[in-house]
Amino acid sequence: MYLSTIDQPHAGDETSKPLRRRALLMLSGNVFALGTVSLVTDISSEMVTAVLPVYLVLGLHLSPAAYGVIDGMYTGATAVLRLVGGYLADRTSRRKSVAGFGYALSALAKLGLLAVGNSVGAIGAVIAVDRTGKGLRTAPRDALITLSTPPRLYGRAFGVHRMMDTIGAFAGPLVALGILAATAQAYDAVFVASFCIAAFGVLVLVLFVRDRRGAQPSKGVVTLSAASALLRAAPVRRLVLAAALAGLATIGDGFVYLLLQRREQLSIGWFPLLAVGTNLSYLVFAVPLGVLADKIGRLKVVLGGYTTLVLVYLLLFGPLDGISLLAVVLVLYGLFYAATDGVLIALAGPVLPTAVRTTGIALIQTAQALSYLISSILFGLAWTVWGPAGATRIAAALVVLAVLVVALLLRGLPATNAGKGDQQ
Amino acid sequence: MTRRVLVALLGALLLTVIGVGYGAFAMRREHRPVAAETEELSLAGSSPRILFRSTAADSRGHLAQVAKDRPDGPRSVSSLTCLRVYAAGGTGTCLRQDGALSTFQIAILDKNLAVRKAIPLVGVPNRTRVSADGRLVAWTVFVAGDSYNHGRFSTRAGLIDLGSEDMIDSLEFLSVTLDDHPYRAADLNFWGITFTADDDHFYATMSTAGHRYLVQGDIAAKTVRTIARNVECPSLSPDGKRIAFKSAIDGEPPKGWRLSVLELATGVRTPLAETRSVDDQPSWLDEDTIGYAVPRGSSDSDVWSVPANGTGSPRLLIPHAESPAALN
Repeated sequence: MYLSTIDQPHAGDETSKPLRRRALLMLSGNVFALGTVSLVTDISSEMVTAVLPVYLVLGLHLSPAAYGVIDGMYTGATAVLRLVGGYLADRTSRRKSVAGFGYALSALAKLGLLAVGNSVGAIGAVIAVDRTGKGLRTAPRDALITLSTPPRLYGRAFGVHRMMDTIGAFAGPLVALGILAATAQAYDAVFVASFCIAAFGVLVLVLFVRDRRGAQPSKGVVTLSAASALLRAAPVRRLVLAAALAGLATIGDGFVYLLLQRREQLSIGWFPLLAVGTNLSYLVFAVPLGVLADKIGRLKVVLGGYTTLVLVYLLLFGPLDGISLLAVVLVLYGLFYAATDGVLIALAGPVLPTAVRTTGIALIQTAQALSYLISSILFGLAWTVWGPAGATRIAAALVVLAVLVVALLLRGLPATNAGKGDQQ
Repeated sequence: MTRRVLVALLGALLLTVIGVGYGAFAMRREHRPVAAETEELSLAGSSPRILFRSTAADSRGHLAQVAKDRPDGPRSVSSLTCLRVYAAGGTGTCLRQDGALSTFQIAILDKNLAVRKAIPLVGVPNRTRVSADGRLVAWTVFVAGDSYNHGRFSTRAGLIDLGSEDMIDSLEFLSVTLDDHPYRAADLNFWGITFTADDDHFYATMSTAGHRYLVQGDIAAKTVRTIARNVECPSLSPDGKRIAFKSAIDGEPPKGWRLSVLELATGVRTPLAETRSVDDQPSWLDEDTIGYAVPRGSSDSDVWSVPANGTGSPRLLIPHAESPAALN
């Protein structure tokens, strides 16, 4: 019954504005405010990501194995919490509060790193808190983006948001580098600065992001059974299934970069730059592909993205080599992210009823995260049995299969092409 | 609207003051004056000494030496700063930062501590060793994934023959034999190399599928094969018959590490008297004594020693020090 809203997606206040203005200007201030929060928060979190290994090994004298322990802690719990956060946001219709709580939790975790000293267990717990914050905030934030944007502009809105997000991820390590250089390697100064930046992100959220609580159903409608009814709705089930299938065929960045590095016998010095190259391509293509998705259909762009991924996997053991291989693979890999990450949520938005949209987004993102986890284990096994070249070609074939299945699953998904909603 | 902007600006100002203020405090703390160098250090000479990295407040990061029979006596401090150090046979190694974040290098030192060669490393360096005659040099770095890497990390261990300049970038490119069968896997990680006296072989740790193995490597044949399980950071004794190592308690790294000595001929493992968790590559100070670092707080540690035969008890050898290497 909730799917009755599908053909009339709630479009936020901006629907009434004239739609002939220039594309980006049509996006609401809320999207830019959320983008700014993500940009600022990503500077903060990537600062810590960049120095954490150095801090653990050189500052605290922990060995890499200890890092593995820290990293592996509580990974499963965060997936469940993501769903809980999504459901709570819908239940209370306080998406901004839940997202804000997630952002604040991650900010506090930066101070926690300072406080816990060199106990492996405590550091693991602090990092788990940080990830919990990230898990909690993602779905409410993406839901707010859709609720602040007319459906026909979802692609564009997510494009702008993901571009701003990636700019932050890009700048974070540079900021950390500057602080370390200025303070003669004081890691604690990086953590304090990271906390201050994250706190500013929370402030921007509190002051400038508006919650979308307008067209909420009357109290008590969003029950657990309503949330689970989501999965009984065929289009939602197909979306979650498609996200999981696509995720299963994806082998993970670590492997892609590792294969590039082995193929080219790159000196290890290049390794971190591979992610930088991908990020650069991602941030350049995020907006154009979002706009394109709104124009020609989001499913086409997502499928195009996965087709790009097939090329990436084939090229890893293909005819190109040297710098041209690196350039082509990284550009294509960034394209893949730009065509799939935000666009998938833009695709899902109109299908998910407003009242349980956050839960729905959390469901899709959790399915994706879990299938990534499984796929990296499976790829590791395939590598052992068939070697890297064989395993990668199998992955490419599986992505082709996934593209076909996803195309069938999502064919004729309601309101996939520039929503009819804003024409009401 | 204007009030919101004002609050945002005030908040930004306050947070900037906190961040910059703390940074200035940290900067002042880190830029402590370094005690004057007492004399030029040298790796040559016949008096038994211990070379180490100082973690004392007035000389943090500097290479230093003490007489082996008076480890708590006066220390000679070099102007050279490193993150990890080792030396043998007139060759020293100094793992150090090379400008930007996450770029490091291994500086190879001659007997007067002059840098004769520097090899760039990417990843955080955490182990280094030199063969007894000073010809082979090894390092281990730790490469952590960025956020897109889903937190995966790996370690890479490499070595160079200073005589021929032949280098093995990373042991993961060698052919691996696991339990007598050829083996390949995406998750191969190596760390903690130690060399044999003939300069043809080495021992190291290899991990794959959640298990950690002691491997023996052949440099010319470019092969490694596993010879024992749950042995990390091996260190070959001067007589080449025993390996000091750390092993995860019950095979589970979250429980910590214990120091033991493995007799290669018999496979007998003797736990040492040190009962604290030690996360370091042990160092043979002589045929009967193992040296290792135990952290004290977050950027300080002490070098302790313990008998290599499992008797006795640990002894604080050099306060405010790490990375010990015995010189004679």
